[in-house]
Amino acid sequence: MALIVVPTAAQAENETIKGTLEKIDGDTREPVAGVTITVELDGDIIGTASSDDSGDWEIPVPGAGTYLVRLEVDTLPDGVALTDPERSELPSVSVRNNQNKTARFNLGPGLESGVGTWTRVSSLFVIGLKFGAIIALSSVGLSLIFGVTGLVNFAHGDLVTLGAVLAFLFNASPIGPGWHVLIAAIPAILLVAAFGGLQEIGMWRPLRRRGTGLVSLIVVSIGLSFVIRYVVLVAFSGLPRPYNDYAIQNDIQLIGITTVPKNLVIIAFTVVVLGLVGLFLIKTKLGTAMRAVADNADLAESSGIDVSRVILVTWIGGAGLAGLGGVMFGISEQVQWDMGAKLLLLIFAAVILGGLGTAFGAMLGGFVVGVAVEMSTLVIPVEFKQAIALGILVVMLLVRPQGLLGSRERIG
Amino acid sequence: MDWSKILIDAGRAAIGVPAAAYAISAMGLNLQFGYTGLLNFGHVGSMLVGAYGLAITVDRGGPFWLGIIVGIIFALILGLLLGIPTLRLRADYLAIVTIAAGEILRLTVRSSWAAPVTKGIFGIQRFADDFFDVNPIPAGLYGIGRFRFDERTVWVMLLGWGLVAVISLFMWKLIRSPWGRAIRAIREDEDAALSLGKNVFGYKLQSLMVGGAIGALAGMFLAIDQQNVTPDAYIPLITFYAFTIVILGGPGTLLGPITGSMIFWFLFELLDGVMTTLIVDMELPVLSAFDATDVGPIRFALFGLGLMWLMVFRPQGIFGSREEMLIDAQ
Repeated sequence: MALIVVPTAAQAENETIKGTLEKIDGDTREPVAGVTITVELDGDIIGTASSDDSGDWEIPVPGAGTYLVRLEVDTLPDGVALTDPERSELPSVSVRNNQNKTARFNLGPGLESGVGTWTRVSSLFVIGLKFGAIIALSSVGLSLIFGVTGLVNFAHGDLVTLGAVLAFLFNASPIGPGWHVLIAAIPAILLVAAFGGLQEIGMWRPLRRRGTGLVSLIVVSIGLSFVIRYVVLVAFSGLPRPYNDYAIQNDIQLIGITTVPKNLVIIAFTVVVLGLVGLFLIKTKLGTAMRAVADNADLAESSGIDVSRVILVTWIGGAGLAGLGGVMFGISEQVQWDMGAKLLLLIFAAVILGGLGTAFGAMLGGFVVGVAVEMSTLVIPVEFKQAIALGILVVMLLVRPQGLLGSRERIG
Repeated sequence: MDWSKILIDAGRAAIGVPAAAYAISAMGLNLQFGYTGLLNFGHVGSMLVGAYGLAITVDRGGPFWLGIIVGIIFALILGLLLGIPTLRLRADYLAIVTIAAGEILRLTVRSSWAAPVTKGIFGIQRFADDFFDVNPIPAGLYGIGRFRFDERTVWVMLLGWGLVAVISLFMWKLIRSPWGRAIRAIREDEDAALSLGKNVFGYKLQSLMVGGAIGALAGMFLAIDQQNVTPDAYIPLITFYAFTIVILGGPGTLLGPITGSMIFWFLFELLDGVMTTLIVDMELPVLSAFDATDVGPIRFALFGLGLMWLMVFRPQGIFGSREEMLIDAQ
């Protein structure tokens, strides 16, 4: 009963986080208005506020606890910048009962002439591409597994979490060896890939053999997603934590775009990996067989393709890619027990946009969804950026249910 | 270790308020999933719009009865909006869109944009005073020993199980009507129903909407009991409680959701009691890696395992016979 009986917040709006934004330049102080502040708890947005004409802002929070407070740098007016660019997020602002906690951001004159429209648009575009890269990596497996088996795996998001958490085990966990995150990623990805293969051999293959139908298999995958998610919660705890490496980086300027270097590395690396996956699918015998099974399993079987083996390879590869996506996601943000479950909606949007069952569609869809979600914050409140994904889903299903690159007969 | 205490608490849970609420919710889902074969993974969204429809109406000064009508209308509209783009496609598309829509609804009501109406993450409280003001049951405790409920709980339980009875009667009539035969035919063989000139899309849409309205009643009932709606109570897990209950009791059976809900809450409470005893009270050395905060997550992991096991080995419910079970089109 614990879940639906949410504490009634003691009927109180007693706890708040507040502050005053002032630009301090030598001896002069002037209030900064119209800057957006966001408060989050465990990755969920609790509230946002804009500073008023005297620079004041206040956000009520549901109770005592430790919150993340973020100043949305994009909303700073021209000529104002954080004196320490790394302090746009205060990760642990703890609020006691009935406390009006003050959170402080130090503002000064910007080194550059401020954040113009171009800078904002271009940096959001890069963030969108990076997010898209993570979605694309995670989507390819879901789409290919659907292609070869017909199963929409609702536990796929939890493979993403597993990749991130296992890399954390080898990287930052006190019981782990403390490897660099790029080294730690290797065993993490291999373990997730092996888990994918074991799932296929131990569960999905026997279930298909005994003729369990599609609907039952989907419900089984939902059950599995709860098992993985809550085992991770017990093992990892509910606290979001960063890797030891690349957690904080300074912005760099590159051809007029301001962003953190890790975003560019994630995008570049993903493009290479997805390119290799594409080459594998087109050039190798196994890749061709995979596409053949996705197209028509019976026909593939009768032309001598070992369908069981192809499905097993798809599971191993797809799970490994999801694990890689998870490590990237963890480097990009933080590691959290339900990060993959939160990504699942975006993965679905990407896969349906590109065409369920196609690998290239999932890649394309991933980037489009990532960019669309991030860029949407230019015009709609940041809390609704996930809703863009649902919008894409519904519009595609109405207009072109087979997706951009899918074939018509798959949707029947 | 006090086994009798754990058993009595589990027994209380089996006839308590949540059991009644989830029996109602599962009856709505049973119409969609059990009788029509629709894979609705966003059932929690219907519960949300029902509860918020009631809470917002009363909060804005409207009468209680109007709030209930508003909640039901919200759920009917939601079913319509979700069904139109998805019901002509395969089952998994409905599942994807509904699970997404349920989450988007939760994010919407908790957003600061909607906060002037929904009160954001704080939610709306004390909107069911009208219902508790007319409680005819004299103050006191009813029952034997530990197995006791106060007058407020008894009043809510009467409403809940009363609703269960009324909706069961409605379902009984509905399923035996020509409409009910049509939706069962669609579940068994969509193409056959289509070739007999049935408007399959229309029937599916109606089933989704009516099931959603029943889900809304469950959401309202839970909200009335707690006098509180907050967005984060409506997480996807709630949908899968209802799924598990439907499968436990046997999909496509009249009384399945009721027995399913009672068994589900009995087991859930029993598990909680046993694990708390083993981990916290007895401090068993084998379980020393766990502490009290792990009881909840372990229970949910076991819940997932239970759902998988049921779906694979007893998809017809724990009492049903395998031959009657045909929820798997395609």
